[in-house]
Amino acid sequence: MIKLENVSKAYSAGVPALNDVNLEIADGEFVFIVGDSGSGKSTLIKLLLKELEPTEGTIIVDGRRLGAIRHKQIPKFRRNLGVVFQDFRLLKDRNVYDNVAFAQRVIGASVRESKRKVPVMLSMVGLAAKYKSYPRQLSGGEQQRVAIARALVNQPKILLADEPTGNLDANNAWEIMKLLEEINERGTTVVVVTHNMDIVKIMNKRVITMKKGVVISDVDGDFNED
Amino acid sequence: MFSLASMATMSACIFLFGLFFAIVTNFEAMVKEAESGMAVTVLFDEGITQEQIDAIGQEIKKRVEVSEYEFISPEQAWEEFKGDYFGDNAEAAAGFADDNPLANSASYAIYMNDISMQPVLVDFLEGLDGVREVRHSEVAGRTLTDFNSLIGYISVGIILILLLVAVFLISNTVTTGIAVRKDEIGIMKLIGATDYFVRAPFVVEGVLIGLIGSVVPLALLYFLYRKVVFYISDKFSFLSSLLNFLPAQKVFHTLVPVGLVLGVGIGFLGSWITIRKHLKV
Ligand SMILES: Nc1ncnc2c1ncn2[C@@H]1O[C@H](COP(=O)(O)OP(=O)(O)OP(=O)(O)O)[C@@H](O)[C@H]1O
Ligand SMILES: [Mg+2]
Repeated sequence: MIKLENVSKAYSAGVPALNDVNLEIADGEFVFIVGDSGSGKSTLIKLLLKELEPTEGTIIVDGRRLGAIRHKQIPKFRRNLGVVFQDFRLLKDRNVYDNVAFAQRVIGASVRESKRKVPVMLSMVGLAAKYKSYPRQLSGGEQQRVAIARALVNQPKILLADEPTGNLDANNAWEIMKLLEEINERGTTVVVVTHNMDIVKIMNKRVITMKKGVVISDVDGDFNED
Repeated sequence: MFSLASMATMSACIFLFGLFFAIVTNFEAMVKEAESGMAVTVLFDEGITQEQIDAIGQEIKKRVEVSEYEFISPEQAWEEFKGDYFGDNAEAAAGFADDNPLANSASYAIYMNDISMQPVLVDFLEGLDGVREVRHSEVAGRTLTDFNSLIGYISVGIILILLLVAVFLISNTVTTGIAVRKDEIGIMKLIGATDYFVRAPFVVEGVLIGLIGSVVPLALLYFLYRKVVFYISDKFSFLSSLLNFLPAQKVFHTLVPVGLVLGVGIGFLGSWITIRKHLKV
């Protein structure tokens, strides 16, 4: 579960990127976050990852109050979360397999375990055949799939995606969204920040709309832009 | 690559350190030897009794700065004198027959642990009853003492400079490494890597640079040292009484562990500190 209570974040005094946000996302939900550029969507994601500290308010992720997590415990906390970004953020000098296996190595998984899990993830995202390719040899959509496989290989409870289709054409964007939906159907909570209104409308999920750091609408299904 | 350059410079630092260390230990050994050969001689009042001489001997024995003392009887003094001045010409010496011209020259020869304490000892000895004269080489004593402390200061200075240079180098290498791998580090952190996991490769790199950067110059120095000592003793054998080189084993017995600890320690600390500074992970 994700819960924000009266959360505000100001990068510099007086100009809040988030202003008194209250939000609750239940386990297993699929949620879109939409809004204008600069409305505070990425800031929200960073707060959930404890990459940033809120100026005010309380954030609870997976039953843990983020303010109470000490620096040393952050890695362990983050292992419950998977993250995907617009720019993929793959390691350029490693092939597909090693990029995904890297996430396993980071959490100290055994080679045996990662040899079992990585191929499963790669076939789930449809890239089993390209496990030896390097990121530069892949299309944007394929690179994003690798990133998703990497985010999921440690079996996080929550997947956070900040504009995962921002660099993709319509077809690839659709495929990635379908993949995220599939992952959600397997039980992972999925939070997707996007600008792609066509997809948002068709997928018929909960949509949280932000504007200037404030949640201005929160509708479940049947989303219409006003 | 950058780490190769810093390994080379690290090697140069440790090489200089080792070179300096070898020279200093040899110098110190030579100075020590010169010191230990330098005695303070105590001559007695005329007509002194053996009991009084023994009493003075007891006083000398109590002093901590004394390493050894030796009673030289008039007969021994005469024998030595004869040896020095008459040499093989025994007949000339025989002219003195039983009439020892040095009858009054019984003495104690005192050897010291620490030549810098010489003035104190001399003052003490001069204050004793029955002591006519204390002979000592003041200039030599002071020069050796000064020389010793000069060597001490120079070593500390050079070692400090070398340490700073080496730490700076490692720090630079690590900083560059962090800049190059910034993305990777960011990804690692988001995936949930511990600080330890992020730091480990940099620390390993630093330690490796330190290890290789000390093993190579130490090995080089070892062979050089043996070659040079052999060469000098061979070509300048007339200096051999002056220059008494320590055997390589003796110098490197200390130099190798010190050099390794320095290299690895600098590598470890340099990288550790830099990472702490650059990675608020
Ligand atoms: N590191 C930062 N320092 C200062 N201000 C920042 C920083 N990051 C974001 N901001 C500001 O905070 C506000 C919200 O930014 P944020 O990145 O959350 O917006 P966003 O909704 O993700 O926008 P976009 O759709 O363009 O990605 C913006 O006004 C932005 O300028
Ligand atoms: Mg953003």
